[in-house]
Order: sequence, then C-alpha cells, then structure tokens
Amino acid sequence: MSGERETVLELRDLEVSFKLKGGGVFKAVRGVSFSIYKGETFGLVGESGSGKTSIGRAIVRINGASSGSILYKGREISGRIPKELDREVVRKIQMIFQDPMASLNERAKVDYIVSEGLYNIGVKRTEEERRAMVAKALLEVGLLPEFASRFPHEFSGGQRQRIGIARALIMEPELVVADEPISALDVSIRAQVLNLLSAIQRAKGLTYLFIAHDLSVVRFITDRIAVINKGEIVELAETEELFRNPLHPYTRALISAIPQPDPLVERKKVVTVYDPKCHDYSTDKPAWTDVGGGHFVLANAKEADAYRERIASGR
Amino acid sequence: MANGEAILEARGLVIKFNLRGRALTAIRGASLDLYEGETLAIVGESGSGKSVLTKSLIGMLDRNGWVDSGSAMFEGRDLARIKDERDWLGVRGKKISMVFQDPMTALNPLLTIGAQIREVFELHHGLSGKKADYAVIEMLERVGIDNPEERRRQYPHEFSGGMRQRVVIAIAVACKPRILICDEPTTALDVTIQAQILGLIKALQRDLSFTTVYITHDLGVVANVADRVAVMYAGRIVETGLAEEVFYDSRHPYTWALLSSLPQLGVKGKPLYSISGTPPNLFNEIRGDAFAPRNPKALKVDFVAEPPEFAVSPTHRASTWLLDPRAPRIEPPPAILAMRAKLGGSSTGAAGGRL
Repeated sequence: MSGERETVLELRDLEVSFKLKGGGVFKAVRGVSFSIYKGETFGLVGESGSGKTSIGRAIVRINGASSGSILYKGREISGRIPKELDREVVRKIQMIFQDPMASLNERAKVDYIVSEGLYNIGVKRTEEERRAMVAKALLEVGLLPEFASRFPHEFSGGQRQRIGIARALIMEPELVVADEPISALDVSIRAQVLNLLSAIQRAKGLTYLFIAHDLSVVRFITDRIAVINKGEIVELAETEELFRNPLHPYTRALISAIPQPDPLVERKKVVTVYDPKCHDYSTDKPAWTDVGGGHFVLANAKEADAYRERIASGR
Repeated sequence: MANGEAILEARGLVIKFNLRGRALTAIRGASLDLYEGETLAIVGESGSGKSVLTKSLIGMLDRNGWVDSGSAMFEGRDLARIKDERDWLGVRGKKISMVFQDPMTALNPLLTIGAQIREVFELHHGLSGKKADYAVIEMLERVGIDNPEERRRQYPHEFSGGMRQRVVIAIAVACKPRILICDEPTTALDVTIQAQILGLIKALQRDLSFTTVYITHDLGVVANVADRVAVMYAGRIVETGLAEEVFYDSRHPYTWALLSSLPQLGVKGKPLYSISGTPPNLFNEIRGDAFAPRNPKALKVDFVAEPPEFAVSPTHRASTWLLDPRAPRIEPPPAILAMRAKLGGSSTGAAGGRL
C-alpha cells in the first residue's frame, strides 16, 4: 500500500553525533531510516535520551546530520543546500515545541511571534496583508485576532501552545514536526490541543511527525509508529499492528509499562523489563527486517523467524 | 491497606495567599480524612490546590500564604494552628515527609548523596560516625541502589533521574515517617522508570508501614497505586471514594470530564472529549459549582448555589446537584458509561442522602 503513496520525507541511514568535551564523539542517532507519507501522522516514540528529539531537530535543520541523508520530496535537505531550496524547506517544514512556557519570546507581542517567520523568509508583504495573515492563523487555532496585541505572559499554557501552533501554520507548511506538543500541558487542556491538531490536519492535509514518550497519546493520534531506543529504531509498524503484535522486546517492555486509567487492569499489570543482553548478536548480526505487511523490526535472521512465527500464530 | 483508623482529619480548610495586595483563595473549604496505612491519591489539574493543600500539612506554604480557617488534626495537634517554625520541625520530615516532583532540584548538587541522607540520621536520630554510615548504606540498599558503599560518595549529577528519585525517597523515609506525601513523584521520569519507582514506594510502604498521599494529574498512576481517590477542582474536593468507585462509578461532572478526556478512553479518529475554557480565577468569589461554566450540561442551580456533599456509598461522596433527588437525570459521557460497564454496570440513579 505504501508504494502508491507520496513520500513527503525520507531519512536514509541518518546519523547525528555530538562532540564531547574530551574530544570524543557521542552518536545520538545511528542508522535511522524511515519514510513519512503525505497526510499521515507518523509517531516517533522513545524514552528520554533515545535521540527522538535529535531526529526532529535534524529534520528542521537545527542540528546537522553527521552522515546519511534527509530527503524532502526526493531532494536532499541536509548539509549545504541551494538558497531557494533552503527558503522552501524553511516554509514547508515547521516545528511545534514541547514547552510553551519556554518557546515564546516573552518580550515580543503575539503579533510579532506569529509572523516572525514571514519576516525571516523575506517575502514582501504590505503591513495589512501581514496583519490579516496573523488574524487568520490565530482564528485557525481557536484564539481571537485581538490577542495579537498581547504578550505571552497573559496566556495560559494551552493558549500559549495554540500560539506556537499558529506560528507554524502561518508559514503554510506541509510537514509539521511536533516535539512532545502536549506533555507540558494540563490533562484537561491536552485533549483540546490534540483535537485542534487533528482538525487542522484534516482541514489542510498536513503531514505530522509526532514525537512523544507517551505511548497512549501516540496510539490515539498516529497512523504509524517507529520505536527508538538508544539512537536506533527497533521497530516500525502501523499503529494498531504495533499494539496487536509488538515484537521487539524493547517495544514490549514499553507497552507493558503504559499506565492505564483502570484500577483492575493496573493492579494485575506485569511490567516487563528490557534487557539488551537478551539478544545474541555475536555471530548473527541484526538487520532492519520486514516481517510482513510493512511491519519492520531490528532483528537477526533467527529472531526474525521467531517474530514471523509469532505473528502467524497470533492471527 | 487501610485499617480504618483516621490518622489525619482535615476539616473545612481555607487557605489564602496575598498576591500584590489582593487575596487569592486557593483552598475553599476542603475536608479530608486520611486512614492509617492507606494510599490516597489527590487528583486535579494545576491550580486546583492539590499541592497547596498538602504543603499546608507540613508547614511549607509560601510566605504570602496562610491557613485562614479550618483544622487539620494529626496526633492530637491541629496542624493548621502551628505558627512557629520550630514546632514544625517535630512534624515535617519526621512524622510527615515529602517526595518532590523533580529529583534534580530536590537534592543539593554540592553535597554527596551520602551526606544528604546522613543529615537526616544525624538530625532526627542522633546517629554519628560509623553508625550513621551504616544507616546510610542500609537505606541506599533499601531503595535499590547497587553498590551503596561507593555510590554514597557520589554527587547528584552522577545519578540518572530514576536513581536520583530513589535517593530523594531514601531521604524522605529515613525518619520512618507516618505519612509520606509524594508530589508528582514520577512526572519527570520515563514510563519504564516510573513503574519501578511506584513499585519501590509500594514496597517501602509495606515494610515501613506508613500512609501514602499521592498528588498527581496522571490517572494511570492513580489507578496503579491508590486505595482511595480525592478529585480536586478550584480549591475544593469535588468527589472522593475508593479507587473503584471513582474510576468505574464517578458522579461529579468534573470527574466525568477528566476521565473522558484521556486518550486511553477515546475512540480513534473521533475528537476526544475536551473540557472547554479554563479553571476559574481564584481571586474572584465563586458562586455555585465552580465547574459549572465549563460544564455544557450544567443545571441552573449550579450557577446559583454551591452543591452540598452527597453520599453515594459509605465511602463515596460527591458535591454535585446531580445527586439531589430532585435533579433531572443526566446521562454521563460515553467513556464513563463504558467504564461503568466494566464493573458489570452498577446503579445509575441518584442514590444516597444529603450529608
């Protein structure tokens, strides 16, 4: 089914590394490859330090890729790229940040915060046109156009995250990288923002890369999920398939730990712990393997056979 | 589990703060019993007053805050009346101690973790020298830190987030408190670590037999740990009951809204139930049910008169006019009906009398 879908973004063997103080190099992301199709919500799930944010930041080019490539609609966008492409990518790939308390300039009015991107790409607009665009973006996220003249501190966390979303929308992006967009928000506000993100996606045909650690939220909003552990993607599948047949022991551990708002379930819950030593990769090396129907898992030949068997018996 | 005896009884607590000359009422008359050996979870969004309420029990209100009226009886003393900081020293950390959300800010980065745990033994137990060392090592072992002999000489930055939280817990239980208050103890941690920390607190509670109060907004955590649940909204406890009662048979519209807005209970592809608007401004006087302006199915009386507490069962109470015998029947949202069905469907009518 993936063959006929348009690929918006493709990562090939992406590696992101950071220089350490002592002169060493820390590889935060290793050999990551996946494609995101137009109109879908792709979830990237992992624990803190897994490298999920580094991938998101590499895509919007906040930090560079040390090797591998990032293709936006088939064109390489990492490293040195022509100016026109740069301008296009800046518009078409936008990011929503985790903490709306930290991601808005406290000294700027909402009007400037929302339209800063427009100033930066340097397209000539009259002041009237710009104002109209800000008003439209604010309305789209459920805020009043009058709010443009206020400062961020006058808003609640949920409203601030809406401002962050408006700032991304005004650029008319195709791909939005949402890095933990609701984890800093209050429970009652989370549902509002999730609904807003879904509604905007439907209305504009946006593609989302949704980065999060909370599998229950990711399950609700995504079409496909990639699970990342210590810089490597260990499993990728359609969302319901991943929950039906989690194969990699790390995925299984992660799913087993999801808190459920159900006392009877929680009290019986057994949390499995992932032990990296459970793999025997001494001779048989792991590879990125399709075990059927677009369900990928990092496994060696022996494990892959066992996984295929498990899927077959499960059905 | 609880053995039925109340260890702490809070009655009609009103807590106010002075902010730039204006008084904000953070707690608007909260009454709560805590039973020996139980685990109570206080649930609510930020600003609901859950942290303020528990901070008042250990004398850690910010300087501009005070208990305006009400009482909190613990071991024959009214905690609401303690004014002198020296009087608090016999309670805070000794009888009632607290685990905070962020283990990085709760620890002193300049002291080894051994020194920080040792301080408790020296101050409260009068231990010193080798005896204090042994106590520290034993405590570290108890909270699951490997190689305690070496690790006690390390600084907080040498520990991972989960390990740091274990250290904070070690400090909190070193005095063998009667009550342990855990304020969002796992919010800053990954889910797999979260499960371990919750397991650790449960094991310690079994061994040291203290009573635990969780403050959290995560209903998954609540379902895992709580014997009883208290739901707070705008400075009041709006519903309280056994965990089963609150999860499977909730009665207050705010509890309904809170549960329904969870993605776990949502239906994929459909919008999640969401609570519109924001919590009320606590600078203003609140009339009627504080949740009414955000409740699309609020009754007229909700805007006029404050609902009294109604008993649903001997252990389950809720402050909502829906439980008044005269109230019209209002169907809870679908997610709540689904939760009810899990328990084999219990009675839905307005039961119980006025308290």
